[in-house]
Amino acid sequence: MQIKAAFDDAAFINLIKPLHLSVIKKIINKTIEGLLMLSSTITTLTVLLIVLFLFKEGLSVFKESPLEGENVIVLSNQNKITHLSSIDIKKIFDQETTNWKLIGGANDSILLFTINDLSNYFSEEELGPNFEFLPQKMDSLIEANPGMIAIFSKKYLDKNHKSKIASIDNISPKSFLLGKEWFPTASPAVQLGVLPLILGTLYVSIVAILIALPIGLATAIYIAEVANPRIRAIYKPVIELLAGIPSVVYGFFGLIVIVPLIQKIFDLPVGETGLAGAIILAIMALPTIITVTEDALRNTPRSMKEASLALGATQWQTIYKVVIPYSASGISAAAILGIGRAIGETMAVLMVTGNAAVMPHSLLEPLRTIPATIAAELGEAPANGIHYKALFGLGCILFIITMFINIWVEAISKKRIKH
Amino acid sequence: MQTDFKKRISQSIAFWTFRILSLIVMGVLFSILGFIFVKGIGVVNWDFITQMPEDGMTKGGIYPAIIGTLCLISGSMLFAFPIGVMSGIYIYEYTKDSWYRKFVQLMTSNLAGVPSIVFGLFGMALFVNKLGFGDSILAGSLTLGLLALPVVIRTTEEALKAIDKSYREASYALGGTKLQTIRRVTLPMALPNIITGLILSIGRVSGETAPILFTVAAYFLPKLPTSIFDQVMALPYHLYVISTSGTNINESRGMAYGTAVVLILIVLILNIIANLIRRFLSKKYKTN
Repeated sequence: MQIKAAFDDAAFINLIKPLHLSVIKKIINKTIEGLLMLSSTITTLTVLLIVLFLFKEGLSVFKESPLEGENVIVLSNQNKITHLSSIDIKKIFDQETTNWKLIGGANDSILLFTINDLSNYFSEEELGPNFEFLPQKMDSLIEANPGMIAIFSKKYLDKNHKSKIASIDNISPKSFLLGKEWFPTASPAVQLGVLPLILGTLYVSIVAILIALPIGLATAIYIAEVANPRIRAIYKPVIELLAGIPSVVYGFFGLIVIVPLIQKIFDLPVGETGLAGAIILAIMALPTIITVTEDALRNTPRSMKEASLALGATQWQTIYKVVIPYSASGISAAAILGIGRAIGETMAVLMVTGNAAVMPHSLLEPLRTIPATIAAELGEAPANGIHYKALFGLGCILFIITMFINIWVEAISKKRIKH
Repeated sequence: MQTDFKKRISQSIAFWTFRILSLIVMGVLFSILGFIFVKGIGVVNWDFITQMPEDGMTKGGIYPAIIGTLCLISGSMLFAFPIGVMSGIYIYEYTKDSWYRKFVQLMTSNLAGVPSIVFGLFGMALFVNKLGFGDSILAGSLTLGLLALPVVIRTTEEALKAIDKSYREASYALGGTKLQTIRRVTLPMALPNIITGLILSIGRVSGETAPILFTVAAYFLPKLPTSIFDQVMALPYHLYVISTSGTNINESRGMAYGTAVVLILIVLILNIIANLIRRFLSKKYKTN
C-alpha cells in the first residue's frame, strides 16, 4: 500500500511539474505581452493627450475678452453704439477713428476718457478725500457727453450707473484667423490677428521649397541614375549628416553669413529678412527632398527602364520619359514633406527672419512665422493669460497644418503602392 | 545621325546640370561646416569643455552646457528607448492588420510630423505647469523623449520588417513560441538596426532647442545639477542665446563658434558610431 501511495505521489508530482512550469511561463509571457501592449498604448495616449492639451488651451482664447485686466468701456446712453470689437477699440484709442459715424454711430466726434484725464474735469475737492465721489462723478460726466468713450477699472464703476457699459466681442475665430494685427500685449485691447503670421510662415516655406526643389530633384536624379556607385557612397552619408545638423547651427550660420550678405547685396537697413529665412529653410529641406525623391526614383521597375533603353532611347530620355513620370507621386510627396518641415522649423527661422509681426509684402522685409512667434513670446506670456492661450491657439494651427500635410503624404504614397 | 547627335547633346547638358547642382549641394554643406570649423576650432580646447562660463559668457568654457545636454540625452533615452522598442515590437509582431495597428500607426506618424515647438508647448503645459515639475531636467527629458519616441518606434518596426520570414518560420517549426522567437531570433537580428536608430535619435535630441526652451533650459547657470528637478544649461540653447541675445554678442562670438563646433562634432561622431555599429553587427550576424 505504502509503495503504491509513494508511486502515486511521484506520479502526481511528475504530472504537475511540467504543468506548474508552463503556468509560470505562461504568466511571464502574458506579463511581457502586457508590457508591450502597455507601451504602445502609452504612445497612442500621448498623441491624444497632446491634441487634448493643445486644443483645450488654444480654444479657450475664444472665451476671453480682449480688454486687459478688469477694465470696462463705458458710453453715454445717448450714444447709439452698444457694442465694440477689439479692432474698433484699438483704432479709437490710437485716434485713427475720430468720429462715431465711421463705426455706425451718430455724426459726433469721439472724446477719449481714461483715468489719467480725471484732473482735466474734476478738482481734488470734488472727488472727495478718498475719491469716494469718483464713480458717481465719472458716471454723470460720461452720461452728459454723448461723444465720450471712457475706459477704467470695474471698481470705479458707480453701482447705480446711468451710463451704459459697452459690450465687447470676445475674440472670435474669424477675427483670430483673419485679423491683420498681432499685438498680444497692446493696451487697452489686445489684438490677436494671426493672418500676418500664417502668411509669413507660408511665404517663407513656399519660397524655400521653390529654391530647394529643383536643386534637390537634380541631386536625387544624379545620385539615383547618373552617378557611379563610388560617388554615391560619398553623397549618401554626407546628406545624412546634412540632415543631422541641429537647426540652431543652421540659424547661427545664417545669422553670421547669409544675413550680412543679403544686407550688402540688396543694400538694406537690416539683413534679417524673409529671404534669409527662405534660404536657410531651403538648405534644411534639401536632405528630406533628396532622400524621399531618390527612394521614389529607385522604385521604378528595372524592366521599364530596360524596355525604354532597348527601344533606342538614351539614358536621359529614359529618365525624363519613364523614370520621372513613374515616380511623380513620390516626388510630389517629397515636395510636400519638405514644405511640412519648413513650416514647423523654429530656431533657424527665429534667428534670421527679423521677427516683425506685420503683413508680409516682400521677401526683403523682416517677417515672422508661427513657430518663431511661439518660441519668442511664450517665455514672456503669463501662464493662463490671454496671450498664453493665443500662443496655444497658434500651436493648434501649426498642428492642424502639419497633420493635414501628413495625411496628404500618406494618401499619395498609398496611391503609389496601389499602382 | 542628326537626331542622334542632338540626343547626345541634350543628355550631356542634362547630366552636367545635375552634376553641377549636386556639387552645389555638397559645396553648401562643406562651406557651412568648413566655415564654422575654421572659425571655431581654435576656441575648442580642454579648458573650453571643462570650465564654467565667465564674464557674461564671453570667456571660460561650456562645461555646464555639455553636462546639461548629457543629462537630457540620458533622461530622454531612458524614457523613449524602452517604450519605443516595446511599442515597435508590439505593433509589428502582435497586431496584424487590425484597426488597432492602423490607429497606432496613424498616431505615431502624426507624432513624427509634429513640429518641435509644439512639443515644447505641450511639455510646458503638462509637465511644467500641470504636473508641477517646474523647469527641470525631468520635464525637459520627458518632452525630448516624446519627440524621439516615433523615431525609435519607426526604426524598430523597420528593423523587424527587414528580417526574412524564413527565420521566424524556422523558429516556429522547432516549437518556439512567439515570445521565444522574438527574444532568440528576431530581436537579436534586428538589434544592429535598432541601435543605429537609437544613436541617430540621440543626435536629434542633442541638437533640439525648441522643446527645451520652456521646459528646462537655463540662460546662465554656472553650476552642475544636483537632482532631476534642477534647471540646466544645454548646448543648443546656449548657442542660441550667445549668438542672439547676449549683452555682448561680439565678444561672445568666439564662444558661439566653439559651441557650434562641439554640437557638430557630437552629431558627426554619433553618425560615425552608428555606421560602424551597423557594419560591425551585421557582419557578425552574417558569419554566425
